[in-house]
Amino acid sequence: MENSNKNLCEEIIRRSGVNPRKCMKCGKCSGTCPAYDEMEYHPHQFVYMVESGDIEPLLKSKSIYRCLTCFACVDRCPRGVEPAKLVEAVRLAVVREQGANHLKADDIPQLLDEDLPQQAIVSALRKYTK
Amino acid sequence: MKVSYFPGCTLKTKAKDLDLYARKCAEVLGVTLEEIENWQCCGGVFTTSNDELATKLSSVRALSEANKKGQPLVSVCSACHNVLKQTNQMMKDDTIPAANHVNNYIAPDSYNGETEVIHYLELLRDKIGFDKIKEKVVNPLTGKKVAAYYGCLLLRPGKVMAMDDVENPTIMEDLIRALGAEPVIYAYRNECCGGYITLESKELAKAKSQKVTSNAADKGAEVIVTACPLCLYNLKKNGSPVPVVYITELLAEALGVKE
Repeated sequence: MENSNKNLCEEIIRRSGVNPRKCMKCGKCSGTCPAYDEMEYHPHQFVYMVESGDIEPLLKSKSIYRCLTCFACVDRCPRGVEPAKLVEAVRLAVVREQGANHLKADDIPQLLDEDLPQQAIVSALRKYTK
Repeated sequence: MKVSYFPGCTLKTKAKDLDLYARKCAEVLGVTLEEIENWQCCGGVFTTSNDELATKLSSVRALSEANKKGQPLVSVCSACHNVLKQTNQMMKDDTIPAANHVNNYIAPDSYNGETEVIHYLELLRDKIGFDKIKEKVVNPLTGKKVAAYYGCLLLRPGKVMAMDDVENPTIMEDLIRALGAEPVIYAYRNECCGGYITLESKELAKAKSQKVTSNAADKGAEVIVTACPLCLYNLKKNGSPVPVVYITELLAEALGVKE
């Protein structure tokens, strides 16, 4: 593993507060994930890829924007691993970089319709931008 | 009884009925909702990373205001409640550095999670009591089949939200019974509607929402109730076969204050 990636992995684990080694690889997180069908990498893969230091594919994958923050994987994990917190920490590692916002303020007007609640916009901005 | 109240951005705009009827019903039930002065948007979703500071500040300010008045902090929007409650939990935990750092921004105030954070449903159940609400019903919704939609934010993460059994909740069904209606139990009542993904993938939001609404309709629901403006939007926008309304509208109807 490259040193920079190793450091970033440790940083991601520290920020998330998750201990990926508690995972027993049952796959229940991915089984219950509502975004499973639209993910290239699934919650259980986030756990073992971060643990093994293989984060480059995760940083480049759209999967980090598919998590709905529904906490289903957090509550249903029999080992209390809380995969959603790892997904969030990986996403933050990307969007905190200068110019890496996934949702641009200028894109928002065309996403609006007259019924769309403000809640949707502020939530998406919080998840996709810094 | 007086409680602090955090309405949230959407309740001032697209979800006025959620707010209006929460206030009217509280009045009938002898509770005054005192709106926090100069509250700021909660941000819609809690950021779980333990080094996030700025995204916690608006919630901490509201929590601290309620604490100064010695009142519980009530919100009716599921998202606001989720963010406030999770932020409050974080502020209680002095092993999280961010919790201490946030206090630098609200000095000379200091806040360490003292406020009791409850959802409007918990106000009804735990502070007022469903029995008392039953007595105040003037227009019982007899025979009406109502499906409660919890979604994610009211219940999860369960160890923080601690409102009800995460996989088999009863709080909304018990309220529905108190109003004289018949609750419909269905499998997808605590599965995600897609939330903010509607901005990113309309197809995913549609697929998730339709599973919820078709499941409720299959089980005989005549109406679906929710406490979340984004759930309401997703369920309605993606062709729910039955009407979707706010839980406060149902309550207002039964209490005779629906306009």
